[in-house]
Amino acid sequence: MSKRSYKFALSLLFLACMAQEPLFAARIGELTETDWKIQVIRFLSFRDPSVRYALAGSILLGISCGLLGSFIVVRKMALVGDALSHAVLPGVALGFLWNTTKDPVAIFIGATVAGLLGTTVVNLITQTTRLKEDTALGMVLAGFFSVGICLVTMIQHLPTGNKSGIDKFLFGQAAALGPNDIQLMGIVTLLAITVITLFYKEFLVSSFDSGFAHSIRIPVQLFHHLLMLLLAFAVVISLQAVGVVLVSAMLITPAAAAYLLTDRMHRMVFLASIFGLLSGVFGAFFSFLGPSLPTGPFMVLGASLVFTLCFFFAPKHGLVTRWWVKRSRSQQIQVENVLKAIYHVLEDRGFDGEGVSIRELADQRKQTLEESVRESKMLKRAEYATLLEEGNMIWLTPEGWQRAREMVRNHRLWELYLTSAAQYSADHVHDDAEKIEHILGDEVVRALEKRLDYATTDPHGKKIPSSESIQKDRMGRREKVPGYGQDI
Amino acid sequence: MNTEKEPVPLEVHDLTVAYQKKAVLWGIDLVVPKGKLIGIVGPNGAGKSTLIKTIMGIIPASSGWVKIFGEEKNLRRVGYVPQRESVDWDFPVSVMDVVLMGRYGKLGLFKRPGKADVDIARQCLDKVKMLPYANRQISNLSGGQQQRVFLARALAQESDLYFMDEPFSGVDASTEAAIITLLHDLKEKGKTLMVVHHDLPTARNYFDMLLLLNMRVVAFGPTDEVFNYELLQKTYGGRLTILAEVAEAVRQKS
Repeated sequence: MSKRSYKFALSLLFLACMAQEPLFAARIGELTETDWKIQVIRFLSFRDPSVRYALAGSILLGISCGLLGSFIVVRKMALVGDALSHAVLPGVALGFLWNTTKDPVAIFIGATVAGLLGTTVVNLITQTTRLKEDTALGMVLAGFFSVGICLVTMIQHLPTGNKSGIDKFLFGQAAALGPNDIQLMGIVTLLAITVITLFYKEFLVSSFDSGFAHSIRIPVQLFHHLLMLLLAFAVVISLQAVGVVLVSAMLITPAAAAYLLTDRMHRMVFLASIFGLLSGVFGAFFSFLGPSLPTGPFMVLGASLVFTLCFFFAPKHGLVTRWWVKRSRSQQIQVENVLKAIYHVLEDRGFDGEGVSIRELADQRKQTLEESVRESKMLKRAEYATLLEEGNMIWLTPEGWQRAREMVRNHRLWELYLTSAAQYSADHVHDDAEKIEHILGDEVVRALEKRLDYATTDPHGKKIPSSESIQKDRMGRREKVPGYGQDI
Repeated sequence: MNTEKEPVPLEVHDLTVAYQKKAVLWGIDLVVPKGKLIGIVGPNGAGKSTLIKTIMGIIPASSGWVKIFGEEKNLRRVGYVPQRESVDWDFPVSVMDVVLMGRYGKLGLFKRPGKADVDIARQCLDKVKMLPYANRQISNLSGGQQQRVFLARALAQESDLYFMDEPFSGVDASTEAAIITLLHDLKEKGKTLMVVHHDLPTARNYFDMLLLLNMRVVAFGPTDEVFNYELLQKTYGGRLTILAEVAEAVRQKS
């Protein structure tokens, strides 16, 4: 929280310094119309070269940030990315001062050097003092950033030179990208993809288990520095479009979203690159719609949107997904318990008669009539039962009958197993079986039946429906359902 | 057998290790014979893990040298099982991915593991009875299963000298029994195994030789000879506090 608030304060300071020079004045492309419909058409038709550059740049930076960000996230170096991205600002300013113009190569070199210097200072502090890494990162991040802000402000007040563009480095403006920028971004992205592809297994093993990587003669430190260098490159090429303040989010957020979707590193790398790309395009598009909208925040908004979707709906790790699975699981357990209760009612009267009344079910389940009515409707929805019009009689469908018998079989088999194999006494086994019956799979049931020598009665003397008879009924079952017919 | 011709698996001479000027291992001398199952025992902070890490060059030594099969910096024939806690088990890799890492050392740069490597990895997983889990993500494994995966990875390395850091810590009894059987099998094949172990009673039964370590080598020899009250007292007893105090004093002066 505190980090965010000081970032905000610094940003405000910066804006205050530049108040006399309106933000949109230096915008490249000089778009005066603000009608968003025209802007959409303009964006989608790619007529405007600045649109094409913005789009290409956003795609390139999205890919390289996602790619490298994946490794940052699994190596728990997210804060390092943040510090690195802030530490580059003084380098950007010095690169600009080199010949007081926006020369991409000079800025690239300056920013990379400053970024790497920042991480070196962090290492120096952690190695020579007892301060821990998070403290060192926090200090270096803010220290370098302040130097950068001062320098940038100074440049703003310089009487000479073309100052246009330097202000875009804070929050980013994709429309300010030129052909030289795109070229540089292309080279860096290609380099990142090549290096990661060639050394994928080395990066994988040294990220997962550096001690082991060392023992198989992988130069772990070298690969660490290589990754940091690529990271610095990726940050620097992204600066102009995303801005210093938010570029670390483009490293972390797409990768974090990908982490929630998959359990395999190569898929995570791929997904993170796609998410980065999408966020980049999202940002480029929306910042184009209005006058002088910064690109960075929109890109990060796009990435955060992707993350939010993954957070809630990822197939395995999503919050809503997990809740849904749990809920449907508990509903299923309830349905299965009702089926079992109906079976017990039928069993008590020797599987004779025309279905089960709501009252009988309520007595068996020890609940009110309303609850039983509600539960019988659940059975109907699951197509396990049909209900009489007035709603007071329940007939199991063949599927319901089969499931009910499976439940009873599982329950009684498990009870028998506990008493005979695990020496539980007969009055201790019911509660355990109540839970286990819902999760026994076919394979385990078969193993249990075999283990128990196909026993037919449970510890309480009740008959255990055999898998064989359930299986047989699956073929020509209709007439065997009680209420429809005769036998169990 | 031309065992006489081949240099011993491991020779360590006057090895000293210091963290920020604080010595943790002093003048370690070792000559380890081939085909033995060796336990490294000693109290907490005795430098057991540090010793094997330094032998492999993961931690730099302050002085002394290490020869593996007669050569310095020769890790080609070394297999390693790190401590289970040393890695993040939420890392996005499958059991198979981890075991395949055991093949990386043999592959060299730029090469990806191929079908032959996958076959070897499958065999190794089968040996530790983890084959059905090959495609699982590693975070779903129990402690014992994690340890089996690490062992399978070491097996996939097909090495001649193994270092294992507490392979029995936090595993269930059946895994412990399975591991010890596996270690004996490896030994029968002429491999040399050095195993960091923290449980004294079992150490006596598990290992052919014991290295009693407490910042220095207290004793190294056949289990029958070194597992006695006097030497264990020396390893675990109070006298080591003096050594620790000296080390602290040295650190403060320098």
